[in-house]
Amino acid sequence: MSLHAPLTVTGGRLLLPDGTIIPGAIRCEGGFIVALGGGVSPQPGDEVHDAAGKLVTPGLVDIGVFEIDKPAFHFGGVTRAALMPDQNPPLDVPARVRFAAQSGKPDFWVHPLAAATKELEGRSLAEIALMRDAGARAVATGRRWIGDSGTMLRLLQYAGMLGLVVIAHAEDAGLVGNAVATAGEMATRLGLPNAPAEAEALALARDIVLAELAGAAIHFRKVTTAAGLDLVRRAKDRGLKVTAGVSPAYFMLSDLAMAEFRTFAHLSPPLRSEVDRKAVIAAIADGTIDVIASCHDPRGPEDKRLPFADSAPGMAGAETLLPLTLNLVRDGVIPIGRAFDLLAANPARLLGVNAGRLAVGTEADIAVIDPERPWIVDSDKMAASAGNTPFDKQPVQGRVLALFKGGVLVRAKKPRRT
Amino acid sequence: MTSPEYTYPEGAAAFPHRGLVSIAGLAPHEIWFLLDEAEQWVQLNRNAQKHREVLSGLTIINAFFENSTRTLLSFEIAGKRLGADVVNMAVATSSVKKGETLIDTAMTLNAMHADAIVIRHASSGAVRLIAGKVDCPVLNAGDGQHEHPTQALLDALTIRHAKRAFNGLRVTICGDILHSRVARSNILCLTSLGADVRVCAPPALMPADIERMNVAVFHDFDAALKGADVVMMLRLQMERMQGQFIPSPREYRHLYGLSLDRLEKAEPDALVMHPGPMNRGVEIDSNVADLVGRSQITTQVEMGVAIRMACLDVLTRRARKLEGWS
Repeated sequence: MSLHAPLTVTGGRLLLPDGTIIPGAIRCEGGFIVALGGGVSPQPGDEVHDAAGKLVTPGLVDIGVFEIDKPAFHFGGVTRAALMPDQNPPLDVPARVRFAAQSGKPDFWVHPLAAATKELEGRSLAEIALMRDAGARAVATGRRWIGDSGTMLRLLQYAGMLGLVVIAHAEDAGLVGNAVATAGEMATRLGLPNAPAEAEALALARDIVLAELAGAAIHFRKVTTAAGLDLVRRAKDRGLKVTAGVSPAYFMLSDLAMAEFRTFAHLSPPLRSEVDRKAVIAAIADGTIDVIASCHDPRGPEDKRLPFADSAPGMAGAETLLPLTLNLVRDGVIPIGRAFDLLAANPARLLGVNAGRLAVGTEADIAVIDPERPWIVDSDKMAASAGNTPFDKQPVQGRVLALFKGGVLVRAKKPRRT
Repeated sequence: MTSPEYTYPEGAAAFPHRGLVSIAGLAPHEIWFLLDEAEQWVQLNRNAQKHREVLSGLTIINAFFENSTRTLLSFEIAGKRLGADVVNMAVATSSVKKGETLIDTAMTLNAMHADAIVIRHASSGAVRLIAGKVDCPVLNAGDGQHEHPTQALLDALTIRHAKRAFNGLRVTICGDILHSRVARSNILCLTSLGADVRVCAPPALMPADIERMNVAVFHDFDAALKGADVVMMLRLQMERMQGQFIPSPREYRHLYGLSLDRLEKAEPDALVMHPGPMNRGVEIDSNVADLVGRSQITTQVEMGVAIRMACLDVLTRRARKLEGWS
């Protein structure tokens, strides 16, 4: 039983799961959506929030973040995030998973991803079933690829049996070595250790074969190259349980962003060529990519104000996830409904949580959004715990005006009471 | 080369940069200006009395985060001959070993009011990072696999003393191009001055898309040598190799070692150069390295001191309030 009064969001334009937008209201009770549509109105005693004609969408579900950074997630309209096991210490035992699963409540839900292997070292399987029952929603290989094919096969078989998707990082470790950039003119001019982009396709090819052999579901957290996306496309055509994600950096930026050794553009996998960037956009348009995630990884100067190769990879992405994805809508790559499939419905389905879409019976994670509202990204004024964004000083459009978790307001002005 | 190929403006406009972090970003006339400035120091250094009180009262810190013998010595001599107070920071005894960050070390050096800081570091981009945080000019003495600008300048000065013109000059650079900051700076410098640069290495030691830097790519050393006016040899940087890049030094010499026989493929008056340290019997045979009239290896060292004197002089002119520079 919720201690909060029921909520009705009125006067909005509701984005429905089929992508249509209708004027109407949403009523939430006990943390769930109980009614929505044109004929819905507040009941006596309801909290009422007037959406004032703005777009009402599901809260974003962000797969594969590295830190629970609530202010940044709330700013970006994210109500749930799947936490990578790469914590210190790693999420490789049930107690840590259980703790992580509670760490965001009540206004943010954390879905821990269980470490696939002990210490994330890629050798022996972790206690995945115990972690599942402690609240893990999927299994992840972490920042690294599992190099040993035998271990990867047993992982896929085991996770498949337990009904958990394996979230994999796809970069062949042997090719990558100590690389921090993609092989090409930019890496050559900067003199940075680099690896061919094919390191991704190589890893994907093996993992797709193993997933098929095991009959298991596999999700590639970031697929960033034309060759890799082709492999995913073909695997899907053959009906395999293969899904792919990406983060906005890979459809917004190419390796040119590393010019002058800008460490905020040091990502993992590294930024790719312009050809690959365009391939990512095409793959979002044709349905090859299922998920757009922030890969939120805030890093302070102690990790970033270093020579490029010595700096930590990663970017603070939670605040820019929505506006940068909306670029694709404005550019006509995808319709708005599909944008929210990528940001909410698909990741929710992968994690097996009852959220990510506006429908009666789902959990009441709701965002009120102005998709056109302009603002400028400023790394000095981020809500995130660190301002490491490669989009600093860029104008963007799309802002969250109000955010509700389980039918309770977590961000925006106080609603008035009827 | 006696007649000037490039003209440059008077005063600070001839070299408007605060420091010398890379050859990338320098205009050909700015390179030419530094070469011209170095000539006076080439002459001075050949005298018995080779001291000028040009930089007296200034403090130059040589901060070498990576081991070096010849470059450090060259910078130290250059500073001392110009009358500066030269201090070398040895990394082995510094707080860098105690976990201090590069930026903190740079801020510390800055607070000591250095008038120029010379930096060598094992990471590409480290020198640029420091240059953005300190008030004085920064000179790059080699950063990772990125650039080594004074090496390229001294090589250009060496070539200028021996050859008529850069335009159309065929320069073959052979060796571990992948790990070489010398190769990158030389490619930028020589192509900027109009030379035709060829690079030669086995595929594993050739950087991706290097042809985008306006060089011709060769894997066959004999073909790369044909008609070359300058042959620049690089050593194998074993310390930077992650994994195996070549089967053995003996095998490497078989394909890429510069022997007298091979040298005959080049022009009869082709110069032989090497930035050092050499691995005799691997990338270069002893009788080639010591070939009188052809080998420029000791001349390169000589030009190195003159070039570094020129760079220290030019980059401190603003601080010294020289006429036309303040």
